[in-house]
Amino acid sequence: MKFITKSALAAAMMLAGSQLAYADGHAKCGIESGRVSVVGNEFPAIQTVGAGAQECASDSVEVKTNLTADHQKINVAGMTANPAEYTTAIVANSSIVALINEDVIRPLDDLVAKHGGDLNKNQLITIDGKVMAVAFMANAQHLVYREDVLKEAGIEPPKTYEEMLAGAKIIREKGILQNPLGGAYKAGWNLAQEFNNMYIGFGGEFFKPGTAEVSINNEAGVKALEMMKALSEYMNPDYLTHDSNATSAEWKAGNVAMMNMWGSRVGPLRETEGSSQQVVDNTKIAGPMTVGGGSIPATTLWWDGWTVAKNISDEDAEATFLAMKNGIDPKMLNDETMTQAVWLIEGYQPTPAAIGVFATVEAQAKPYPMKPFQGLLHTALGAEIPDFMTGKESAEKTLADIEAAYNAAAKEKGFLQ
Amino acid sequence: MKHKTFFWFFLPTALAMLVFIAAPILSILMQSVFLPHEQVVIEVESCGPFGCSTTTSVDQEATAKLWEEAPLGRFAGMQVYFDRGHLAVAEVGEAWSTTQSWGEFFGTLGNLPLYRALAFTLTYTFVSTPLLIILGFAIAVAVNNLGPWLKGPVIFFSLLPFVVTQLIGSLILFWMVDARGVIGTFIQWIADDPDLSLKASTPLTWIMLIVYGVWNSAPFAFVVFYAGLQTLPQDTLESAMVDGATRWQRIRYVVIPHIMPLVTFVLLIQLMDNFRVFEPIIGFSAEAHATSLSWIIFNDLGGETRQLSSAAANSVLTIIGVSILLAPVLVRTWRESKAKT
Amino acid sequence: MASSVVENRSFGLRLGSALFVIVWLLIAAFPFFWTLWGSFKVELDFFSILDWTDALTGPRTEQVYGSTFTSTAYEGAWIQEEFWRSVINTSLVCFFVVCTSLTIGTLGGYALSRSGFRYTFWLLIAALIFRAVPPMTLVAGYLLPFFELNMWGHLPTAVIVLVAINQPFTLWMLHSFFEKIPKDLDESAKVDGCTQFQAFRHVIIPVMWPGVITTGLFSFLLAYNDFAVTAMVLSKENQTMIPKIASFLGTTQTEGNVMFAVAASVSAVIPLFILVMFFQRQIVSGLTAGAVKG
Repeated sequence: MKFITKSALAAAMMLAGSQLAYADGHAKCGIESGRVSVVGNEFPAIQTVGAGAQECASDSVEVKTNLTADHQKINVAGMTANPAEYTTAIVANSSIVALINEDVIRPLDDLVAKHGGDLNKNQLITIDGKVMAVAFMANAQHLVYREDVLKEAGIEPPKTYEEMLAGAKIIREKGILQNPLGGAYKAGWNLAQEFNNMYIGFGGEFFKPGTAEVSINNEAGVKALEMMKALSEYMNPDYLTHDSNATSAEWKAGNVAMMNMWGSRVGPLRETEGSSQQVVDNTKIAGPMTVGGGSIPATTLWWDGWTVAKNISDEDAEATFLAMKNGIDPKMLNDETMTQAVWLIEGYQPTPAAIGVFATVEAQAKPYPMKPFQGLLHTALGAEIPDFMTGKESAEKTLADIEAAYNAAAKEKGFLQ
Repeated sequence: MKHKTFFWFFLPTALAMLVFIAAPILSILMQSVFLPHEQVVIEVESCGPFGCSTTTSVDQEATAKLWEEAPLGRFAGMQVYFDRGHLAVAEVGEAWSTTQSWGEFFGTLGNLPLYRALAFTLTYTFVSTPLLIILGFAIAVAVNNLGPWLKGPVIFFSLLPFVVTQLIGSLILFWMVDARGVIGTFIQWIADDPDLSLKASTPLTWIMLIVYGVWNSAPFAFVVFYAGLQTLPQDTLESAMVDGATRWQRIRYVVIPHIMPLVTFVLLIQLMDNFRVFEPIIGFSAEAHATSLSWIIFNDLGGETRQLSSAAANSVLTIIGVSILLAPVLVRTWRESKAKT
Repeated sequence: MASSVVENRSFGLRLGSALFVIVWLLIAAFPFFWTLWGSFKVELDFFSILDWTDALTGPRTEQVYGSTFTSTAYEGAWIQEEFWRSVINTSLVCFFVVCTSLTIGTLGGYALSRSGFRYTFWLLIAALIFRAVPPMTLVAGYLLPFFELNMWGHLPTAVIVLVAINQPFTLWMLHSFFEKIPKDLDESAKVDGCTQFQAFRHVIIPVMWPGVITTGLFSFLLAYNDFAVTAMVLSKENQTMIPKIASFLGTTQTEGNVMFAVAASVSAVIPLFILVMFFQRQIVSGLTAGAVKG
């Protein structure tokens, strides 16, 4: 049929244009042969790691990368196929869960024993004693503030959310800024994440220990929601549509004096063209805040790392391990790559933009939980909290709704009976 | 045409639709009644860059064994369809028996994801569809009155809202309707309220989405109707004028009946597309105020943990919803086609 | 044309009608001119969070670049981010989608219009139901089989999927066009000894173009504007324009470059301008010939 010949033609054209890295010469990175195929997000730090892996391409080693913002939607399917299309997926502590749940990644203990001598012990992500991933960068949300505005208002950078609220009140009353607080409070993933932060800060536990039974309808949950609502009073009225992009835009426009923001976004706040010099000079960062008199910071720690697929030959797995290890080799650190992320790699010198994340680690913040059903709760939170924020429901009702939504989802996935 | 000839002519298109639409529909149906096996959860210790902690994990060996015994998953019948995330039979039943008034009952319904989505979806469909057909018709008549040299450019600019991809069109408008944006400022000036924000209130968000929907789809109705006007029977029109018909009467009794089949066509397509409204909700970040069936599917598939069965059930519900919506139009078409043969 | 009617129209009515068109054009085209203008500014001016007039005057742009216009966003999108690759991919996808879609759609639509049997009605209804399936669900179902068959990521896969998803609409549209072509044409050819296919080839093909071009235009728009399918089944190097633009917007944890997205969006609209200008006569005449009898 006509369209088949056409498709074949197109396929031939595509093959000619595809970005396979075949380098000349002999074995590199100590890989004799094998196939390496990387899927991951596309931000600069991961591009750097991907490029490092590509250096290992040779006549007998094929290295492909597919770095895209939609990686999370394709990595499970791509690693479930046998043989897996992707030999490695770059994931974070929230997204590794989906790969572990579907059993598509392999334990790396033997490969670490054989080739991983120079990896830091703290780079290895172990679950039940088995190494499941190798982390290479860290991230966290922490305080970002405008030094000039805080000085003008006569307040110190807040150490707690209560201080932040009080400071916001002063700034508004003095007429310096109408909406002095910012935050990625967009309905959905972002809003749910802010709840997670706050709930952890109040000392809450998401699940009954050892089970998949959710337990957030408690005092900590109510307090967390109420604190979020109190903060939102000092935010732009459209805060439910503001993701971290929009919040950053507000910051650059000079409308915001304090916010809880991702460490990975601080650099661009200071350098993006068109942000006024005053904003650039006075954008300062500090560690995370606590809330409700607690000692655990109201934030979560994140890592990004790589995994190795299960449904591939041992040869490909070894090639993948070596290529990805080359991607995070200390020699790739230079002036440019140092600013791209908070690397967990030997020899990394923290840049000024990284002190927030380091302060978060030092304050012993909790990592984002790696529970198999945490994602289901995250989705339920993101869908139900807006009802509370818009004043349609009480905090208790919203928390009950979240639990009901989670229970329905967890039953469907087989976590609850 | 003989059955055999028909078969060969129709084979390629039928094949494409069977493989890429019918087969997935079947798998969607299966997915919505077969759920993943119960997951055996165990407590484990997990370590990473930030220290060690006790967490839970899926016991892969135990789970793998369950899958081996029943590769399709566990049969759950209509369980997913009836749970709180979908038709919420138990919750609705309880609301029915416990609520005192209709208002209270609908308030409870509006708190359940599917019914909340339906409320917006149906409002959107039934408000924007007639409006866009009327607007499209008005533009078509007005453009038809223009001089011939003006028609080309006017058609071209009129089509703009329709030809630009919805995701980008709605994103651009989202930036413009911001309280500080050009349209947002203009609306504040008209309403004489400097604090007005379209994005912060539920009713205003709904209106914004509906206006966007009409703006986006009116050009489609316009092109179709404009084409229809070109074939208007001149002699009927002229004899109507000789009989002293007013302008309104001519439109009512000559023009509208002539383009009625086109109205049916536009109605079918637009009812279906509006029922599946999705891009504007994403583009306008309106999730907090308005959700739709398609948005729920997106949310099911886009989380950290994908809820495939839920998405499948919602897709089936969407198909059923569209079928119910289109049924009256289709029954009429069927009667007409029957009358023809 | 309705020229004889035009003469009788009162001046007031014509004025009102002209005013209506002007208002409509303003509403329809304003956002695009605004975006076009804004695409030559820096991000802060484009968003004009401080004052909406900033988007017009561009004070920040002037501060940074010494002029109120800058083409940085275009250079960034086209050169640094290699937007042209996506343009090539989109062109390939569109071309093959339109050709394939029309080839098989024409055959099917013609058959539907010429077969008098009841099942044609049910086939059309089935096609309509098929069109009701949300593309997102379809795509989620494709992923695993595509990965297993090693089809994932390639342009031909996206082409086939787009063709299939668009078949219902194409069939409906072409079917109604063929209904308008008198049946006597091919019937008489058959009496002269042609097979059905010969009759189709020699008699119908020469007269079907207006309808086919209009349908092709809708297929083109679908492929050109698609996000749901192309974002999920194409690998990064084969990415088409719309997913590429979406990827400029950044993620939760990392800053995107919104101005690249704006510049790329404006660039993506320009071929549509040309296309609509070029085909507007065909669109109208095509619809006239066909869909009038729904």
